[in-house]
Amino acid sequence: MMALRHDNHSWRKIKSALASALSMLAAVLVIAPLGLVFFYLLQKGAGSVNWHFFTQLPKPVGEAGGGMANAIAGTGELLGIASLIGIPIGVLGGVYLAEYGSARSNWWLRFVADILNGVPSITWGVVVYGMVVLTFKSFSAYAGGLALGFMMIPLIMRTTEEVLLLVPNGYREASLALGISRWKTIVHIVMKTASKGIITGILLALARIAGETAPLLFTAFGNRFWNRNLAEPIAALPLQIFSYAISPYEDWHRQAWAGALVLVVGIFVINVLVRFLTRDRTVRIL
Amino acid sequence: MAVNTMSSSTPTSQSGAMNPTPTSPATAAELVTANAFAVKDLSIWYGEKQAIKNISIDIPVMAITAIIGPSGCGKSTFIRCLNRMHELVPRTRVEGKILFHGEDLYAAGSDPAMVRRRVGMVFQKSNPFPTMSIEENVLVGLRLNGVRNRQVLNERLEKSLRRAALWDEVKNDLKKPGMSISGGQQQRLCIARALAVEPEVLLMDEPCSALDPIATAKIEELIRELRDQYTIVIVTHNMQQASRVSDRTAFFYVGELIEFGDTAQLFNRPRERQTEDYITGRFG
Ligand SMILES: Nc1ncnc2c1ncn2[C@@H]1O[C@H](COP(=O)(O)OP(=O)(O)OP(=O)(O)O)[C@@H](O)[C@H]1O
Ligand SMILES: [Mg+2]
Repeated sequence: MMALRHDNHSWRKIKSALASALSMLAAVLVIAPLGLVFFYLLQKGAGSVNWHFFTQLPKPVGEAGGGMANAIAGTGELLGIASLIGIPIGVLGGVYLAEYGSARSNWWLRFVADILNGVPSITWGVVVYGMVVLTFKSFSAYAGGLALGFMMIPLIMRTTEEVLLLVPNGYREASLALGISRWKTIVHIVMKTASKGIITGILLALARIAGETAPLLFTAFGNRFWNRNLAEPIAALPLQIFSYAISPYEDWHRQAWAGALVLVVGIFVINVLVRFLTRDRTVRIL
Repeated sequence: MAVNTMSSSTPTSQSGAMNPTPTSPATAAELVTANAFAVKDLSIWYGEKQAIKNISIDIPVMAITAIIGPSGCGKSTFIRCLNRMHELVPRTRVEGKILFHGEDLYAAGSDPAMVRRRVGMVFQKSNPFPTMSIEENVLVGLRLNGVRNRQVLNERLEKSLRRAALWDEVKNDLKKPGMSISGGQQQRLCIARALAVEPEVLLMDEPCSALDPIATAKIEELIRELRDQYTIVIVTHNMQQASRVSDRTAFFYVGELIEFGDTAQLFNRPRERQTEDYITGRFG
């Protein structure tokens, strides 16, 4: 009896050790690609990330140096335009799903949002090309921002819905029982309680679209100079990386690595910000 | 069963006015006979399921009415009807009439938000708003209803916290989060929050069931003190509590009102067999 139990025990120990070794291996395999990307980008790109990279325009072929200042600013502007479209529609859509919609309409809305989330990003480029670029006969910052904004809507909508649904119903009831209107209850009580979660969703959506290239190819198009008019083509970091990376010039390749490094660091910073926002206890429920 | 005095039930000045002073000059005789609510043939359904079956009851003004009965008998459903909170549950249906000081609560033009400002509610689980300080919690009802005057707000803050017997404990910590105080204090904070909008009626759904005996005793004492200025309807599972705090007690059983009367009489000499079985612990 004693011996049997002992045996059993050690076999269990082995199994448990095996399981934890396997899951450790899986964890390493998850982290490895990230480490690889960072290592590679640092090795190839860090040398070209300098003050000029952030302040100067690209130099013509053959001339050394120059930077991607216009592309960095362009990505900022495109994200700004995308936010103007994606944040209000996405957040309000999420509010509708969580607070107003009937079970039936919500089922359809979620279904549509999930399909939209799965649409390949180049599709958005094509759609906006047809809708805006052809209509106004020009590539433009507006078109690029619109394509990115369309991508943000379903992302933000679903995260907003999720965090609003996490707000306990007791708070809604307590507010309504004070004679506070439905709309004020949603804005001042429910959304305020979930605000960090909503912001987190917005930041993640921004991080997700910041590196998108495909939807910009035939909307924002790219620009070797500063964009002075949002109705005209605009540079963007991913576009610039793309065109430099496929160029035959050594110097441009180095610039492309540097651009990729800057982009990844930017997205990394957004994610750190998200971690920071979701750090304390009250928010972790949200 | 309750004597129906509906026709002569509302001689007070309160009918119609949004926020009348709670202690309007009414004579003692009026206070005894006046009803805050006159409920007539009330039935409530959740989808197909009937939770309240044809209840008629008059709830007296400036008195404490307790509602007792076994779990699932419709106590919460009933009091949530008195300020139209049950409407938040989809697929509910109400039949019958509830008159509040003679006005039909469910009349076509009646605004639930207005009803709820006059008929406040305290819930079983204390629920201070987690993003707000103690002060903000108390004042949120006023602020979101458009009161901006700092002086009014300060006065109301102190008055409400004093009435909720919480002022002395929190007066130096008004900026601390509402969630940072003990469970019993949080429940009193919720009472202060409800009182700050100056309702005429306070509905309490098992306000002490999540509290320890000491915190419960404090809230019971507070409820008795509020009796002079508010009409209170309290749901409780605790029969000692009902007999300690209330003037009148209603016994509900599977959606029906079995007996309603003077608390002492109901507990000492129940008229109905079912009431007796319940209060002597034979079922429920
Ligand atoms: N949201 C709901 N949807 C469907 N049925 C409900 C809902 N809320 C309550 N009911 C049903 O209505 C009946 C009365 O419920 P209610 O909550 O009013 O009882 P209660 O007397 O307050 O019980 P307790 O003492 O447990 O709080 C119960 O049978 C319950 O199952
Ligand atoms: Mg209940």
